[in-house]
Parts: sequence; structure tokens; C-alpha cells
Amino acid sequence: MDFDSDIVIAGGGLNGPALALALAGAGLRVTLVDPAKRADRKADDFDGRAYALAHGSRNLLAAVGVWPAVADKAQPILHVQIGEGHAGQGASPFSLDFDHAEIEEGPMGFMVEDRHLRPALLDALDEAAGIDCLRNTVTDHEALAAGVRVTLASGQQIMARLLVGCDGRKSSTAQRTGITRQGWDYGQTALVCAIDHERPHRGTAHQLFLPGGPFAILPLQGNRSSIVWSEERAQADALAKMDDTAFLTALRPRFGDFLGQIGLAGARFSYPLNLTLAQAIHGPRVALVGDAAHGVHPIAGQGLNLGLRDVAALAEVIVDAKRRGEDLGTEAVLSRYAGWRRFDSAAIGLGSDVVNRVFSSRMPAIRAIGAAGLSVTNALPGLRRRLIREAAGLSGDRPRLLQAKPL
Amino acid sequence: MQAADHTVDAAEVAKFEAMAAEWWDLNGKFKPLHMLNPTRLDYITTQIEDEFDRDLRDETPFSGLRLLDIGCGGGLLSEPMARLGATVVGADAAAGNIPVARVHAEQSGLQIDYRHTTAEAMAEAGEQFDVVLNMEVVEHVADPLAYLTACQQLLKPGGLMICSTINRNPKSFAMAIVGAEVIMRWLPRGTHEWNKFITPDELFDLIRKAGLDPVDRKGFVFNPLSWQWSISDRDLSVNYTTASVKPA
Repeated sequence: MDFDSDIVIAGGGLNGPALALALAGAGLRVTLVDPAKRADRKADDFDGRAYALAHGSRNLLAAVGVWPAVADKAQPILHVQIGEGHAGQGASPFSLDFDHAEIEEGPMGFMVEDRHLRPALLDALDEAAGIDCLRNTVTDHEALAAGVRVTLASGQQIMARLLVGCDGRKSSTAQRTGITRQGWDYGQTALVCAIDHERPHRGTAHQLFLPGGPFAILPLQGNRSSIVWSEERAQADALAKMDDTAFLTALRPRFGDFLGQIGLAGARFSYPLNLTLAQAIHGPRVALVGDAAHGVHPIAGQGLNLGLRDVAALAEVIVDAKRRGEDLGTEAVLSRYAGWRRFDSAAIGLGSDVVNRVFSSRMPAIRAIGAAGLSVTNALPGLRRRLIREAAGLSGDRPRLLQAKPL
Repeated sequence: MQAADHTVDAAEVAKFEAMAAEWWDLNGKFKPLHMLNPTRLDYITTQIEDEFDRDLRDETPFSGLRLLDIGCGGGLLSEPMARLGATVVGADAAAGNIPVARVHAEQSGLQIDYRHTTAEAMAEAGEQFDVVLNMEVVEHVADPLAYLTACQQLLKPGGLMICSTINRNPKSFAMAIVGAEVIMRWLPRGTHEWNKFITPDELFDLIRKAGLDPVDRKGFVFNPLSWQWSISDRDLSVNYTTASVKPA
């Protein structure tokens, strides 16, 4: 049988290109299919979106050769403050402070703007050998004994060994495979924007659990920070409709004045918050990655980090299988990926959900339990270090790419 | 069956024939072999890579190597070797395995020469290989020294034999027979006879007497917590594997 490609990847957002680079770098032939115009995917004006990259995610980007292009535009996260109430009012008794000096690997993470990360990945795709990028859409696939026949909207057919769906929360790859999803709606919406401020943030990220939902201030380069402000849906919709002046007036009391005067530094976005978990992350000749496998609440920027951990695990499973001579798209191989990711995705998905529900609760008793949990955690150095390492993506049986090692 | 002039134990062959149809079912009777397979392949591929100065990162790193898989069964090792570029002959003394392996190779789009024959018959015919895979076979043969000598004759000078088997001690009895056959029912009762198991020192002795130089030995260790196999430098107490080279 003649194969056009080893792996077809449906979806060219962030996880798809990262996976393509990892696989092609290890000698596999990859076809990346995405319908978006290249210019749309690379628009470089600042739109306010940014990612809190965990240390492991940074390592992966370094291993696939993308990190040098974003390194000098990334803001290291040197401190993290987690607590109740308002930012900048000093440590309340119910707060949790993390400092990067507590782990050996340097900064706890990096804030990288979408306008820098996306073009860096797309440029790397252009330079990589062994990646065929098609501006098209996967409309069908058929799992065969030795491979998968992928059909594109253009009518073109591609024979490969495996189809990977990096096609988001509404993954049509998952739908065609008969993989159903389970979802929870939080009844909350996240408002995302970038803020200019007067005083330097000194690399500090704040995560506050306010009654309406979590509120994060994440440091960007210069005197700018990214805001992720979650509110109950009706309230958030009202905030989203406000003009910029009214929005800033509503933001100020929550943001506090510890960074001085604030102003908007880009567009405002709103995202309804929901959790969606695919009931399986693999099927016959199919694997799911990122939001296609699990769309999570973006508390602490875990969405992209979780996706890149999928990328690291799947790339390693596939490359190791290839070097053993195994058939890449079989249950024997893909079940290793599923087994590796099962605990992490469930833990993060449900962990973020529980934390958010506790701190968004209107019942004082439940909020008190959450606050007590923060104080206890703050007092126990071992648990603290474990939490820091978990958030930084440094725990568990870690794929080689998350350790910046080549495949 | 030409059992009279060959060392294959006819009763052993019959046991495996009965099991042949289920070779490729991951959760079927050969589940323990499927679980062990990635670890066996890791050992085999890295030994071949080292011995023949290949690079596993290449598209077909074993191109140009002629490889014999003795006791090929359904092709669990033959197919990966063919995918890596080797010219593969799969031999099995159980006739029933051959059509099963052929059908599967065809489905996989792989060219593999599967034959119902024995190592001794191929050695007599003067066949020569760069690599002989001799995995989980030696504990089933009637005369291990005669069998290993045939393996040696099948190798070109400088050729490599990988041979894995089961150690003989109370732990291997508990794990391989009581555990795998009686408790877990992973293998049919009577798959193994404990007195045919061979210790690593005995195997090295036999390999030397057969005319090969043993160059490596490692353990295959099952971790019941992670439910996975791994390669161990030190623990050869149950399953273990060896690499030997024919002097040039």
C-alpha cells in the first residue's frame, strides 16, 4: 500500500502546528490541513490575547525550535499570588503566594502574546522539512486495516496511517469517529483584554477568586498586563456591551490601584465558560488533541498547556512506535496515548471546575472551606512545591518534549 | 511433520497451533505477548542499530538486512521488522500460524516470506541471515544445543542472534506458570514446562557451545502497578533476553 503521508493533522491553530513540528522533526511525513487563510492566521496587530505558558510548554516549544522566535517577547512569571478579594491590598490571611525561587527550573512560566506565538509556529512550519500544509478542510475519513483514507473538501484523498483531530471543541474528527462529548456550562463568561498600567508589575501574576468568578492579572512585557475576568453570564454580557470608558470604570475597583492608572491596550474578547470532555481521545486510526479532547475552563491558562501536554505525549508515543516498526494508527499504539493522558485531563478538567465552583459559591461556608484550603497550602512547603510544579507542568511521568529533550 | 529428524517437540507445536487464530487480538489469548511486544521490539531494534551501525531515526533503518524470525507466530515481530526495511523470513513449526500471518501481512501491505519450516531444516538448506530472532522459543524445544547450533549456522559471519526465554527459579515458576497460566489465565495451562526453563548462565554456556559469542543480557520486567514491561540491566529473574554475535 502506498501512503501519501504518515500523519494527517486536522486543524492548524496552535496544537496542530506544534504536533506537526514535533513529528516532522523526528522524521515522519505530516500533512496539516486548515481552512483559514494564512494572512488571517498571522494577523500581527495586538489583539489583547495572551497565554500563560507553563515551564513544560516552554520546553516543548524549545524542543521543536519555536522558542527562540518568542523568547525575547515573553514575560517571565516570577511570582504568583492567589487569593480572595482584591488585588494589591497585600497578603490577606487567606492567600497563597508562590515564588519561582521555590523551584529549580527558573521562572514559573511565561506570558506570551498570541500575535507572537502564532506567527512563530507558522513560520517554523514553512521552514520544516516533511510538512505539507494544505488550505482545505477534512470532510471525511475512513479507517482501513492498514491506514486511514482522509477526504478533503476539494475532493482530494490522502492515505495516511493516522488522523489527528486538533479541530477544537466541536471537533468534526471526533463526531465522525462516533466519540461523544460530555459538557458542563458554568453559566459564566470570561472577559479577556490587555491593560496598560502606570507602575511595573515585577513579573507578578494574580489569581483572585471573586464572588462572580475568578479574576486573573497576568504580566505582559512592559507596563502591560492581560486580564481574564470571569463573571456570571448576564453580568458579563452587560460588561461586554459597555463602551471602553464604562468598562474601565467597572474594572478599576476589581483591579485595584496597586499598578497606578490603567487603560485598555487592545481589543476586548468574551468567551462563555464551559468544560467539554470527549468520552474517548482515540478511536480507529484517530487521536484527539487539545480542545477536541478536552475544552477546559481557562483558569491559570491551563487550556493551551494541557493541549501541548497532549502534543508531547502523542508525539512521543507515535515516534517511539515508528522506531519500533509498529503500525502507528492501531489500538495497541493509541491506547498508550490515551492511558498517558487520562489522569491529567480528568484531574485538570475537574480540578479547575471544583476550584471555580468553590470560590464562586454564594454560600459563605463553602467559600470559607476554600479559603482555609489556601491558608493550609501556604503553610505546607512540600504541598506548595508540588502545586507549583504541577502548575508549571513539571510533575508526573513527563514526555521528553516537556523536558526540552529531542524525540 | 518431519518430527523424527528435528528437535521440535511435536506436543509443544500442537499446543500453539490451537492458539494460532487469535494472534492479532490485543485482548485475546495473546494479550501477554502484545503487552510485552513494545519492550521486546525496543531491545531488538536497539541491538540491531548498534551491531550494524544503523540509525533508527531513518525512514527504513534496516534496509539491506536479511532477518529470520523463528517461531514467528502471527507475525508480531516479523511485521515491525519488515516495516523498518528488513527483508524478513518468518518461520514457524506450527503450520496453522503461517496462513494467519500471511493474511495479516497482506492486510498491512507488507512483503514477508512466511514458511512452515524449522531452524534445522533451513540450516540444512544453507540459508544465511544477518539477524536471527529467537524469541520465546528455546524453552519449547526438545534439544536446545542442537537448536542453537542450527541458529548459529543460519547466521552470516558477524551476524546477530537475539534470544529471549524464561529463567528457572522459584520466582519464575510462580510468575510464569502459577501467575500467568493458573491465576491470570493469560496463557493456556501447560503452555510452559518449568523443567525446560534455562538460567542465563546455562543459556550463555549453550550459546558458546553452539559457536556464538554472547555480548549482552537484560531482563524483561513486568511492573504490576504500572501494568507495563520494561528492560532491566539487573533483574533477569523471570523473563530475560540475550544478544550474541557470530565471529567474523
